[in-house]
Amino acid sequence: MKISVTVNGVDEELEITPNALLADVIRDQLYLSGTHIGCDTSQCGACTVHLNGMAVKACTVLAAQVDGQAVTTIEGIGSPADLHPMQAAFKEHHALQCGFCTPGMIMRGIDLVNNSEVLDEAAIREGLEGNICRCTGYHNIVKAMFNAALEMAPGKTTEQEVV
Amino acid sequence: MSKAVSSAGVSNSGIGASVKRREDVRFITGQGSYVSDVEMQRQTYAVFIRSPHARARILEIDASAALAMPGVLAVLSGAEMAADGIADLPCGWAVVSKDDSPMKVAPHPTMAVDSVNYVGEPLGVVIAESLQIARDAAEQVLVDYEELDAVISLAGAISAEQIYPEIPNNLCYEWALGDEAETNAAFESADHISQLDLSNNRLIPNAMEPRAAVAEFDATNDSYTIYTTSQNPHLERLVLSAFVQLAPEHKLRIIAPDVGGGFGSKIFVYPEETAAAWASKKVSRPVKWTCDRAESFLSDAHGRDHLTRVELALDKQGLFLGLRVKTTANLGAYLSLFASAVPTYLYGTLLAGQYKTPAIYVEVQGVYTNTTPVDAYRGAGRPEATYVVERIVETAARELGIDPAELRRRNFIQPSDFPYETPVALVYDTGNYGASLDKALELARYDSFAERKAEAQSRGKLRGLGFSCYIEACGLAPSQLAMQLGAGVGLFESGEVRVNPTGNVTVFTGSHSHGQGHETTFAQVVSDRLGIDLDSVEIVHGDTGRVEYGLGTYGSRSIAVGGSALVLATDKIISKCKVIVAHLLDSEADLIDFEDGTFTLRDSNQSMDFAEVAAAAYFPATFPEDLEPGLTATAFYDPDNFTFPAGTHICELEIDPDTGVIEIIQFVAVDDFGKVINPMIVEGQVHGGLAQGIGQALLEEAVYDEYGQLQTGSFMDYCMPRADDVPNFVVDTTVTPCTHNPLGVKGCGEAGAIGSPPAVINAVTDAIGIKNISMPATSEKVWRACQQSKSSSGGAV
Repeated sequence: MKISVTVNGVDEELEITPNALLADVIRDQLYLSGTHIGCDTSQCGACTVHLNGMAVKACTVLAAQVDGQAVTTIEGIGSPADLHPMQAAFKEHHALQCGFCTPGMIMRGIDLVNNSEVLDEAAIREGLEGNICRCTGYHNIVKAMFNAALEMAPGKTTEQEVV
Repeated sequence: MSKAVSSAGVSNSGIGASVKRREDVRFITGQGSYVSDVEMQRQTYAVFIRSPHARARILEIDASAALAMPGVLAVLSGAEMAADGIADLPCGWAVVSKDDSPMKVAPHPTMAVDSVNYVGEPLGVVIAESLQIARDAAEQVLVDYEELDAVISLAGAISAEQIYPEIPNNLCYEWALGDEAETNAAFESADHISQLDLSNNRLIPNAMEPRAAVAEFDATNDSYTIYTTSQNPHLERLVLSAFVQLAPEHKLRIIAPDVGGGFGSKIFVYPEETAAAWASKKVSRPVKWTCDRAESFLSDAHGRDHLTRVELALDKQGLFLGLRVKTTANLGAYLSLFASAVPTYLYGTLLAGQYKTPAIYVEVQGVYTNTTPVDAYRGAGRPEATYVVERIVETAARELGIDPAELRRRNFIQPSDFPYETPVALVYDTGNYGASLDKALELARYDSFAERKAEAQSRGKLRGLGFSCYIEACGLAPSQLAMQLGAGVGLFESGEVRVNPTGNVTVFTGSHSHGQGHETTFAQVVSDRLGIDLDSVEIVHGDTGRVEYGLGTYGSRSIAVGGSALVLATDKIISKCKVIVAHLLDSEADLIDFEDGTFTLRDSNQSMDFAEVAAAAYFPATFPEDLEPGLTATAFYDPDNFTFPAGTHICELEIDPDTGVIEIIQFVAVDDFGKVINPMIVEGQVHGGLAQGIGQALLEEAVYDEYGQLQTGSFMDYCMPRADDVPNFVVDTTVTPCTHNPLGVKGCGEAGAIGSPPAVINAVTDAIGIKNISMPATSEKVWRACQQSKSSSGGAV
């Protein structure tokens, strides 16, 4: 079957199989390899992308479902010369080690900031329930997201600093 | 003296500076290149056929239906692989039993031939045009098995049915270390003996990137290129050539590009990348394989899995007299690459801990079971040793009514005792255990803990505090010592510093980074030593086609061994530069001084900077015959000793006795890693290790049912630490520089996972007022313990 989808601002016409997962289409047909696959039970969150501005795990979405919609992947939010504030915060606060969970974490972090009422440490930790990192112990991921939120949406963060 | 440690303080990019990581940009923009991102023209896809039984004979494999499917290129079996000359996967460390007999090695075909011995063991592989076709075809391969009784329980394995005809009692070895008679005598003269039965729960490493391989055979010169998720590509090449007989070493190129975490599980040579490579020759096409997470759970080497009885003998003053340990260690169905060494030389040798225990004796039975092979997982033997020592010391303190910090302090090896030879074969070079304990006590506000406990009690909560004063042996390893003890390879490291004509530097290291940040820290070391900008240094690793040799990254060895090799290489570069400068300035090399990137003729105003010397080396217009052009140096560094990171971890937590839910209030880790190259990266390593250690203590456990089916085979069943399971960590360091490597460094990768589990369990048992609880201390177990503690006055759970 055919679908039309806007990926990172570019309109794409794709021939897909009806059972294809969005995660596989992103990686294997669009060659956007920044979206990672870390499990087969939708637990790890490494494949998190934005669908119409909301974070979704691309392994839980059939590609057929995104016909006519807008998908943003890690490649679509910033570039080495022009990093998104969430990307910059991850580097600044050493919020990544092996980098495998990182694209999903960043996409989830942006969604958390954009779509939360209030963002403090507890809200970030709870909001990361669906994203697993094995390297960082989460400490610096929480710190990076808090500091990115300060820049992206200062009104939403509490005064309390995450150390 | 280098500029980084000059009196003006640390430079902003040299040794000791928290330089932001240079590798991050590609990872945060989605431009990392992991193995499964590698795409080759005409690539095919591999899916493995795996045993659904824990133990069975393979009677017949019928692949006719699969082979008839369009798009299927081949169905290849373990029998064909063996017939084609692919040999068994080896174990690289020969352990000798206490009766001097060699360990009994279960034959380990790369893919199963006649029998299968754990659920998930590969016995064949389907190669197809697409992953979907390969998956569908794998389901059409009919395997006829004769099921056999499986040996699953570790406790019963020795008396259970024999798995391998040549291995009685399923016993691989019965290893011992220390003086048994002296230790028994210490117990006879003791005033107090504490005893505990402990289990160290079986864990699944779960690096977030599943293992993968993309392999291509080049028939024009009989060579293979294998992209694979390895922590040590040269070791992989050595094993695949010398032992597995895939191809001669010079015909194998192993590339481990960006690797998404390892934690030990990617040290080993596995069936899958071996089979993928061999299959690429059989089908004359590149073969790509990516592990499903479900396959990872079944087939990545697991970690830990010990049962231990420990006894500690003390005198009236609380001084330790003797330690007696008996451990049964699960090796799984086959010996993985370093499996034999983990519960022996990486475990028994650490049982002295930070203490002057005069007599120690340990016996370890390594047993086979019909479970996934068990091998090194972050810490590898040292977390198990630390758990034994720090649980029994805490227990003794409680039984004797001595403050647990005080009891530890009374028994510490003192700074004046170094070098200190333990009764279990190690010589600690340096340390200051009191200093890290003091700092941790202060950060944990230990003197006001009683008030916090009382306040918690007023809210109906149980508050507990637990210590762990751990030591580990890192920087693996002095080759001579390791090989005397049975290691199949030397454990040096190599590095090459190649100065380019324009004065920038390309560095090749045998260490491998899969999250550790070597591209940053190693560049800091080289730029600091050569006095050049950090941006002028590029680090290359992970490719046997580019890096001349290496033994890779495990055992917190990269900076201590790999970093030291780079220091030796930069020393050679500087020496050569001095000869060049002396020639150009018409002087002698030993009259040339080098500081901050500038070569100066002593007592003169004549100098040359590093870039000028580099240019001269490659444009040798006036060089004499005995002065070679070029400026490149290779060094192999073989350490004199292990390094001994040590520290104190203190966990404070609160338990809701009505639900058994634990909240970690504070976790303090004060570690002595010697000198620190990049404090930001070191802190990150500690954070990650702590989360894994807390995961072991409270959440994680690999569980098999009685038939050998893994019950915790997905992230739904195996409880990985999530962000809201762990606190913000309080991390600090003390420093006693390592005395025997040129950087004074010790290594930091495993400390968090080594030190933390006993601190957590000591806190849990303190809170509830019980002697013991097994890991993981889940809410259910804790709730039961609270109920039992209410009705009695404590006891084991």
